[in-house]
Amino acid sequence: MTWLTIIIAGIITYFTRMTMVALVDRELLGERVREVLAYVPSAVFPAIIFPGIFINDYGTFIEMNDPKIFGAIVAILVGYFSRNVIATILSGLSSYWIIIFLL
Amino acid sequence: MLTKTQLFSKGFLAVAPHMFSVIPFGIICGAIGIELGFDPVLVYAMSIIIFGGASQIVFLQLLSGGASALIAVTSVGVINSRHLLYGAVLSEYLEKLSFIKKLLISYIVVDQGFAESNKFFMKNKTEQHLHYHLIGSGVTLWIFWQLSTLAGIVLGSFVPEELGLKFAIPLTFIAIVVHDLKKIDHVIVMITCGLSSLLFYDAPFKSYIIISPIIALFVAALVLRLKK
Repeated sequence: MTWLTIIIAGIITYFTRMTMVALVDRELLGERVREVLAYVPSAVFPAIIFPGIFINDYGTFIEMNDPKIFGAIVAILVGYFSRNVIATILSGLSSYWIIIFLL
Repeated sequence: MLTKTQLFSKGFLAVAPHMFSVIPFGIICGAIGIELGFDPVLVYAMSIIIFGGASQIVFLQLLSGGASALIAVTSVGVINSRHLLYGAVLSEYLEKLSFIKKLLISYIVVDQGFAESNKFFMKNKTEQHLHYHLIGSGVTLWIFWQLSTLAGIVLGSFVPEELGLKFAIPLTFIAIVVHDLKKIDHVIVMITCGLSSLLFYDAPFKSYIIISPIIALFVAALVLRLKK
């Protein structure tokens, strides 16, 4: 039963990936829609970033002094100026750890 | 003009730094499955059949919490529906491919691969074999996702939860969008999406993950109209 559920979930996931690539083309979308689609990364990824920072494992809001907020600010600053993905991730994680383990 | 191999390696190199978050997340994903008491073969098979980190974890948590199969499947579909947006964006660059190639390449499109390859595509529209960049980024992410979920299944609860490695996920996406913070229109769209995601966090089936991008894209359309 669980196997069947996984396979159905997999097929649905594959369709979310395939449908637009296979069926949509330039003419169908038009110039205006493509201009809006240029914002997709900025319109999608904050929906992963914000809850990942501000909501804890139990689904409730974190306190404003939570170390994740500090880690995120450090990562944004380092990322903005260094333009380096590894530096962004590691600076955010290590500043978060410093607060958790040392303070 | 870059060769196919060069494009493939560029795709690999573009997503390689993201392994600092993909690997811990894969380990967590495998470990959670075992912790919740699922068959290791089943937990691993999800990485091949579904191949979508967040949705795999939610799926297992729902089933182990006694939710029905219908609810679990619906949640996976809703969480992964954001790929429809990625596909719409990528379609422009993949339109010359044969139907079969489109079907095959779709399987490996995930968040970080889409983000990094799309950045490359925007700057190199005239390259002939652009899709090799997407294959390079997608195959890299696929391989490391398989290896890290396997590692999580084997290591299980050896991974200390206090490390808070889940925090690497928002960080990896911060790294992806951070350069666009210098454009005010993008900042408006990002804040709209982020605040909406917090506002709708409790909406059923984790639907905040698609509701907030749709709201943000409406705002983007408004911003575009005002700019003209």
